[in-house]
Amino acid sequence: MSKKFRVLCLCVFVLLALTLSVHAQDASTLELVQERGHIICISHSGYPGFGFLDEEGNFAGFDTDFCRATAAAIFGDAAAHEILPASSADRFTFLATGEGDVIYRTTTWTLSRDTDNNAQYAVIYFYDGQGLMVPTSLGVSTIEELDGATICTDPGTTSELNIADAFAARGLEYTPLPIEDDEEAWNTYLEGRCDVRTTDRSYLASYASTAFPNPEEHMVLDITISKEPLAHVVRNGDDQWLDIIQWVTFALINAEEYGITSENVDGFLDSEDPVIRRMLGTEDDFGGKLGLPSDWVYQMIKQVGNYGEMFDRNLGAGSPLNLSRGPNALWTDGGLIYAPPFR
Amino acid sequence: MPTAPVTDPQGNVLPPGREGNTVVQWIKENLFSSLFDSLLTVISLLFMFFVLRLALDWVFNLAQWDVIAANINILMKGSYPGEQVWRIWIGLYLLGGIAGINLRAWNRELNRSTVTIAAIPLILALLPFASERARVNLIIIQGTIVAAYLLTSVAKEKRRRQIAAITSIFYIPALIFLLEGFTDENGIMPLVKSDLWGGLLLSVLLAAVGIIFSLPIGIILALGRRSRQPAISALCITYIEVVRGVPLISILFMGNIMLQLFMPQSLPPIDRVIRVMVAITFFTAAYMAEIVRGGLQAIPKGQYDAAYALGFSSLKSMRIIILPQALRIVIPVIVSQFIGLLLDTTLVALVGLYDLLGIGQAILSNPNWLGRSQEVYVFIGLIYWILATSMAFASQRLEKTLGVGRNYDGL
Repeated sequence: MSKKFRVLCLCVFVLLALTLSVHAQDASTLELVQERGHIICISHSGYPGFGFLDEEGNFAGFDTDFCRATAAAIFGDAAAHEILPASSADRFTFLATGEGDVIYRTTTWTLSRDTDNNAQYAVIYFYDGQGLMVPTSLGVSTIEELDGATICTDPGTTSELNIADAFAARGLEYTPLPIEDDEEAWNTYLEGRCDVRTTDRSYLASYASTAFPNPEEHMVLDITISKEPLAHVVRNGDDQWLDIIQWVTFALINAEEYGITSENVDGFLDSEDPVIRRMLGTEDDFGGKLGLPSDWVYQMIKQVGNYGEMFDRNLGAGSPLNLSRGPNALWTDGGLIYAPPFR
Repeated sequence: MPTAPVTDPQGNVLPPGREGNTVVQWIKENLFSSLFDSLLTVISLLFMFFVLRLALDWVFNLAQWDVIAANINILMKGSYPGEQVWRIWIGLYLLGGIAGINLRAWNRELNRSTVTIAAIPLILALLPFASERARVNLIIIQGTIVAAYLLTSVAKEKRRRQIAAITSIFYIPALIFLLEGFTDENGIMPLVKSDLWGGLLLSVLLAAVGIIFSLPIGIILALGRRSRQPAISALCITYIEVVRGVPLISILFMGNIMLQLFMPQSLPPIDRVIRVMVAITFFTAAYMAEIVRGGLQAIPKGQYDAAYALGFSSLKSMRIIILPQALRIVIPVIVSQFIGLLLDTTLVALVGLYDLLGIGQAILSNPNWLGRSQEVYVFIGLIYWILATSMAFASQRLEKTLGVGRNYDGL
């Protein structure tokens, strides 16, 4: 072995060792985010109501609002965020490589995803179930009648796996037609190249009512083939960051429960109610326990709004999608949205 | 008995005259010369009529173009902040200047296609959905094209091409610097992270960077592959064959996602647009290398021998004798590679960048514009068609100027 070659080998080893040691002494996610000056949220490149570009080129949507709220909680400035658009398949890679800090991207919480991906699920923020849409002209009302049908699915999502399960469990056959782009999948369905379009029920209904030329010619079958709890995701092994992401959503839900909105939050600052005082940081430093400023909830509500406001603006009555709250109503209204108390 | 050829007073043979050169005559000769031809003409006309009627009916009656008008800003520039758009316009003024210089340098005289290319800004300014501000700016760009064209005319003919080459090469780094900015938020040119660049701006920028930087790298690789040094040629062959053996999309995924796995997390991630630019450039360079090598092999050995006999060093003979001839031969292939590159940039939408197509998809996810995919995709397709066709036209002009396709003994 020549001397030059040995020196070269040595250099490579030193570099490798340096790289590994740098990996070993990773700072906590909160410190990294604070040092960077903004949070990076892994999100949709385009999904109606949840994440899309508005006419001015700014990201908007339900998922985007969670990102803005988190930025407001950490920095007191909802604008201190960056959206990293990712496909269904890339989102976990971006999280693992540290390119993004948190996944706010309609991600269904499942056992295998929780254990496989070095990912930690924080909190469910939207309850959905998978439905099947068919043209009424097909004359179908049960899933059994769909034996042999062609089905448009979204590759890399749980809905693709659910439809396989649902058909296998009933001993039925089908031809999957996976299409990555959502709009393209709808066109394929409308052109009749697939008999069934399957994805989350809420989305099926709202898309059809908004964008179909003849919505009455299509129906969502009266069957929900899967539970789709959409959740926020963080990396494994950083409990402080997990707490922050969980309590951002919990605080937004609690704010709706107590009737605190972006409009009236200032009026609550001199409230006598100890729970509200603890939330808004006028009593006890609950923010400090999370490593956040004491007015973190105030900033989120003031700049972004509570859970209900976010829902209405992006998905509900305030948006063209006009989705009903359904299972996503507060538990006090008979829904599933429930958050632990501020104590 | 054949008639004698017609000659002019000097005795030169004139081309055969065209009798009754009228429109009716032309139609009769070309469209209805026999029963079969007439039948074909009628059927084709009927077919065209029905297709055109459907198409025009859609364009003028059915399509709802408000989706384009409302989103024209993000289609053009993505999320680039509105108050900084003047920087893009300045970049386009400069581009107009570069275009003017190049049009003058590569054309001996004005002709129809030069004028068509030069008048693109004016045509764009007349489009119905262009805003007042865009019209004013487009007319300024038209001005810079004409001004640069006239200014270049002052220079000697030999110098013009040098000026054109040098300004074109420095344009891209200058443009990136202009767009990226360097001051903090309150300065004159605040930093605009390239993640916010999008739309047509990003598509054209990616294609331009790929085009300008892949050619020199490709030439070096082609020369390296033909090198007598085994180490160099083996390296170049390996590079070319490995890159050509992998689809562009996997190189983009590699650059965009995998690269970050090998980097220490404490280092700031490399800019995503830069990653994609590098991936596209090195991908195209491998193809360019093989195209250039094709040109090099078409040069007869006599040319090398002649250069050697004249006492040229191998570098000098390559630069002055071989490469100019080799590159001239392969212009049509290079241009079609460039057009392919422009259209390939749509793949970056899959790695989370908002090029023109990506912006289109993002618009279609806006609840206000759900279901307008036909309008959006037709508009985007039209833009790509205009870009690709202008490139093809420009290359035909260049070929004519350089005399590609003529026989050597004709020169």
